Amino acid sequence: MSDLLLKVSGLNKSFFGVPVLRDVGLELHRGAVLGLVGENGSGKSTTMNILGGVLAKDSGRVELDGEEVAPTNSRDALALGIAFIHQELSLFPNLSVEENIFLDHFPRKFARLPFVDRRTLRDRAQKAIELVDLRVSPVTPVMRLPQGERQLVEIAKALSRQARLIIFDEPTTSLTARETERLFTIIGRLRAQGISIIYISHILGDVLRLCDEIAVLRDGQVVGAGPRDDFTIERLVTLMVGRTIDRLFPERNPVSGPQRTALSVRGVSQPGIVKDISFDLSLGEVLGVSGLMGSGRSELARILFGLDPYSEGEIRVQDAKLPPLAPRAAMDRGMAFLTEDRRGEGLMMEASISDNIVLPSLVEQSSGFLRWLNPSELTKAARDVAERIRVNAKAVDRTAVRTLSGGNQQKVVIAKWLLRAPSIFILDEPTRGIDVGAKYEVYKIINEMVGAGAAVLFISSEIEELIGMADRIMVMGRGEVRGFFSRGSFDRETLMGAALWE
Amino acid sequence: MRKDALSRLDSRTLVLIALRLAPLMLFAILCVAFGLLSDRFISLANFRNILTQSTHVAVMAIGMTFVLLVRGVDLSIGSAMYLVAVTLGLYLPDLPLLVSIPAIILIGVIFGAVNASFITGLRIASFIVTLATLFIGRGFALYLSETRMVFQSDTVQTLGRSSFVGLPWAIWIAASVAAVAWVTLTQTPFGRQIYAVGADPDAAAKAGIRVQAIVFSVFCICGACAAVGALISVSQVGGASATFGYQEEFPVIAAAVLGGTSLFGGRGGVIGSIFGAVLVQTTSNGLVMLNANPYLYPLVNSLIIFVAAWVDGRRRIMTERLEQRKIRVEA
Repeated sequence: MSDLLLKVSGLNKSFFGVPVLRDVGLELHRGAVLGLVGENGSGKSTTMNILGGVLAKDSGRVELDGEEVAPTNSRDALALGIAFIHQELSLFPNLSVEENIFLDHFPRKFARLPFVDRRTLRDRAQKAIELVDLRVSPVTPVMRLPQGERQLVEIAKALSRQARLIIFDEPTTSLTARETERLFTIIGRLRAQGISIIYISHILGDVLRLCDEIAVLRDGQVVGAGPRDDFTIERLVTLMVGRTIDRLFPERNPVSGPQRTALSVRGVSQPGIVKDISFDLSLGEVLGVSGLMGSGRSELARILFGLDPYSEGEIRVQDAKLPPLAPRAAMDRGMAFLTEDRRGEGLMMEASISDNIVLPSLVEQSSGFLRWLNPSELTKAARDVAERIRVNAKAVDRTAVRTLSGGNQQKVVIAKWLLRAPSIFILDEPTRGIDVGAKYEVYKIINEMVGAGAAVLFISSEIEELIGMADRIMVMGRGEVRGFFSRGSFDRETLMGAALWE
Repeated sequence: MRKDALSRLDSRTLVLIALRLAPLMLFAILCVAFGLLSDRFISLANFRNILTQSTHVAVMAIGMTFVLLVRGVDLSIGSAMYLVAVTLGLYLPDLPLLVSIPAIILIGVIFGAVNASFITGLRIASFIVTLATLFIGRGFALYLSETRMVFQSDTVQTLGRSSFVGLPWAIWIAASVAAVAWVTLTQTPFGRQIYAVGADPDAAAKAGIRVQAIVFSVFCICGACAAVGALISVSQVGGASATFGYQEEFPVIAAAVLGGTSLFGGRGGVIGSIFGAVLVQTTSNGLVMLNANPYLYPLVNSLIIFVAAWVDGRRRIMTERLEQRKIRVEA
């Protein structure tokens, strides 16, 4: 028995005649971690969906332990020992931990009868969650678990099916730093047990740290593969985008001289959410907001935009007090808010690009006493702004947002606010889950806005991008402001330290 | 700050508990109100009466619970009821119950399977499919009965009149349906998978569950329950007029939702639905006791449905908020 677990060769796949995979080949050894990187739309997900039985291949060969396999659904794949942990977890919040783990293979009380053996279920679930260091009772509803622990439940589920190969698709996007560490420890342990892992991530540092082998995909082809030591972040980026990106962040000329204050926050508190937040944001300034997940960053953004209540303090926009819980009033004063949940809150996925873009401006775009809308003018307005920020789509009025890549979807969300020409733009994780090239474009858009005199509040989990983009950084922790840092004194360690400081 | 967070969560949990208990409170209020307004309402005989009258709604609400759990709805159960009653009266009158009961359950299952094939095969929304079969089913049954009253055999009528160990057969039948349904939902893999499909059909498919098969079977179960409901009801009434089972879907859905089964899927259960059925029947019974204008009944019923749906909606919003806005402290 060779220790080669998975061998993929000559894999091809087209959608509607458009090839998305061309002659993809991968190899994975037992107990090894393969990092798979590539821009959105490069074919990573398609390849994994074929392995996981979600999609059927057009041609090519997938061998598992030397035998050709072709799972046609996730059930088949699981039976073969391939577990696919999707970015959006396949857990059911209304069921308990044990039920989630054994949902498709409940232990039964009498061999042939369909009755769940609760005692065996509990024992086995207990063992499964101990393997992943999850210290909760197996009867806890998943609803009560934080995101990181839900991921562990998902891993326990894979282990309970005797998975030989576990595919992780962007597992850390919704994890806190600590949860990520715990995940990595567990991945290390799985590897030691001889389980093979495919790890997909945009966070290249993690990939370099975690993986034994790395494969880079671009435009449906493997453009680079080899042991980790062959790669550096720069080389990965070059391979992914197919050209050398000499800078990760575009240049911006800082606006000189004192600027008018756009947004002034004084002592804003909401019990259990944020405490005594005060800061000023000037026109022409990018204020970065850093902090761990759960530090109150996104919650603060929602309060500022009037989506959530606050009990004390004051928010002033250009010297006028902003009424609480009134997003419309905030918009009328020139505020815009890009949500961190692009799919859930930022977009109507089935609607067209232009419908999405004009949505917040329908009142402004209407005319006359009856507030008529002129569809062709709306489309034109949408097209203009979409072109300005280079949304990559042919027909903005006919293309559903659902069909766009993550980066392009994010541009649509940005475009819908740009149409209102906001003077204060709150961006909550604007580059989450989008690839390197698209990130660069988003940064450029931000710089253009700031150059035109807008104020930007830039919330991000990635310290590097705040260091690259912000004029000042406000660090938050446990709902409080931990400190301000200005451009000269940015330093990864100091910023992390401030966020973690108790 | 932690303490604040706790008390804040607590107040929300309290609201959730209050929402959960809302139907119970409604029940108490109705009982007190009817009791004050009519001296005949509060009596053992009347409660026994309410219980017996609510059995067919309870049985069908149990079937509806299965469907609602997977985010579906079955509007055609009233027509299924009528079709079953007509077939039983016209074609199976002389058979012993041990044969005719399985036969009509089979008819109910077939009716449900027709719904299910359109829903799972052609992926049409259950609301639309069952709205169509509501008319088709009743139309077909009216064709069979030529719109005449269909009287039931003595065997069936005896079932409606007689008791076993002091309780009417209707209650025994409903109790056994409830027991089987409860075991199915809570103690079998199938039952737990129903909850999973209701919570997130896409995730369920990814988790290797045969989603379409489960959706198919819940509609069959709902059809079977409609058949049993028809049997109970027709045995009590003695015959099926052209309006038998007409608009019966409303009290049934109301009963399930009042019992805590969510219209958004994934939450609910058998016991709640039985309680909901009793609550709905209590209202009708109370109105009769008060000699209320019969034209008021639909108004009161729709009010109850409204309350049920409102409570369901509020609860969903609250649960989502509880999930979403929890500050996570890194320890």
